[in-house]
Amino acid sequence: MNSTDISRILEKHTEKRGRLIAILEEIQDEYGYLPETLLKKVSEQTGCSIVDVYGVATFYRSFSLKPRGKHLIFACLGTACHVRGAPRIVEELERQLGIKSGQTTEDKEFTLETVNCLGACALGPVVVIDGRYFSQVRKSRINQLLNDARNGFGTLHIEKDERIFPVNVSCPHCNHSLKDETFSVDGQPSICVTISSDGQQDWLRLSCLYGSYNFACDLDVRPDSVVSFICPHCNVEFPSTLDCSVCAAPMVPMLIDGGGIVQICSRRGCKNHMLDLI
Amino acid sequence: MITLKINGLNVSVEKGSTLLEAARFLGFPVPTLCHMDGLSPYGACRLCVVEIGEGPKAKLVSSCTYPAEEGLTVRTASERVLRARKMILELLLASCPQSKIIQDLASAHGIRRQRFKQEHEDCILCGLCVRMCEEQMMAKAIGFRGRGEKRSIGTPFDIKSDVCRLCGGCMYVCPACQLRCTYNEPEKAICGGCANLSPPCVDKEQFNDMMCYMSPCVACEIKKD
Repeated sequence: MNSTDISRILEKHTEKRGRLIAILEEIQDEYGYLPETLLKKVSEQTGCSIVDVYGVATFYRSFSLKPRGKHLIFACLGTACHVRGAPRIVEELERQLGIKSGQTTEDKEFTLETVNCLGACALGPVVVIDGRYFSQVRKSRINQLLNDARNGFGTLHIEKDERIFPVNVSCPHCNHSLKDETFSVDGQPSICVTISSDGQQDWLRLSCLYGSYNFACDLDVRPDSVVSFICPHCNVEFPSTLDCSVCAAPMVPMLIDGGGIVQICSRRGCKNHMLDLI
Repeated sequence: MITLKINGLNVSVEKGSTLLEAARFLGFPVPTLCHMDGLSPYGACRLCVVEIGEGPKAKLVSSCTYPAEEGLTVRTASERVLRARKMILELLLASCPQSKIIQDLASAHGIRRQRFKQEHEDCILCGLCVRMCEEQMMAKAIGFRGRGEKRSIGTPFDIKSDVCRLCGGCMYVCPACQLRCTYNEPEKAICGGCANLSPPCVDKEQFNDMMCYMSPCVACEIKKD
């Protein structure tokens, strides 16, 4: 716990009223809960009295004053979920985790909380684990869900996932194919382009699978910096016509064989992309 | 100046004053638990409801927070107001029976039985103490915490506050802290003995070690005559 983090959060919010909740949300994101010392620091540095800060922190269910586990489980107990058997789901979760709702397991892996409605009543009973919604949950499925959560949901199965398919792209200026059979990413021929960042140029090889964000690169690019993409065949920078809707960096267009344009964001770390099929 | 009509009487009050102040200026009693001169209006207890407007557009508002408007018609003791007030009192009595102020008000409004499940909260969340601490004592040591049925008043983290000077202002203004009249049935929320006019003090000799908090006690007044 260091104080520089929180001063960074506080600097970001300059609005007089209404910034308190935003600040508390960011602290909660960073630490998983709201530590007492930080609440006091927030009150000192924002000029909000500690009574008000504590009042807001205890008013909202999404704020927690107690440390929470690595994985957050929200079980919906709203009316629709309730009649579809949510109480039994909660019971089963409590039994398998060995805790009551609102508590954290001893190994600090899971925190179980009940919520009153998640607004997805048609899908009930709904359970949310680490921000992922699971619909029509049955008791028999809970063990699997908990195991998946332990191993992390983030790992993609490229072979199995139907949303992922290979595309062949070419430069929009010289129409030369960017496919590189000599270097493979994700077990497929890669897309080879030249990138320029901070005056340095080097190659970048992207995965040709649509939906995969894997790439290979020798150049050390700072996170969140914008790089320019250059065609290795005609040495012309890809003509950007659009800015990223997420981070406002220029989008890089590439032609898809068979018609269409795929656009990817030129900012390191931003995963925004667009697909226009003709 | 703003001219409005309260219970059929025209009254002129200064701009910015509330209906409660206007009614009290004319001498109409409006009961309230969460209002105090010198503290900002809060509108928590709802006891000060009055009816404004005419016909089907008439509505109940809390007079301690409603500003006086030009030409407004106000009724402080219409049937609808009294019914609403009675219900509020019954609910207050059900949650916090140990308050003498609430008991007295309930008695005065003719509440003779307890229809709701008896609870024994020690706070009606009127917020008087919170405002007293912040606005008069300039301390802001206590505040509201939590939400819904878990809402409570206290210091952050339930530890002694650095800014509390133990002035006692919060206890001084609290309508729930005052001891109730228990008479000879300590468990019962409603004593009502005085308002029922069956003099409770006639056989007071049996309860010499108890103190009567009623002031003035109707029964004693009757006994005097």
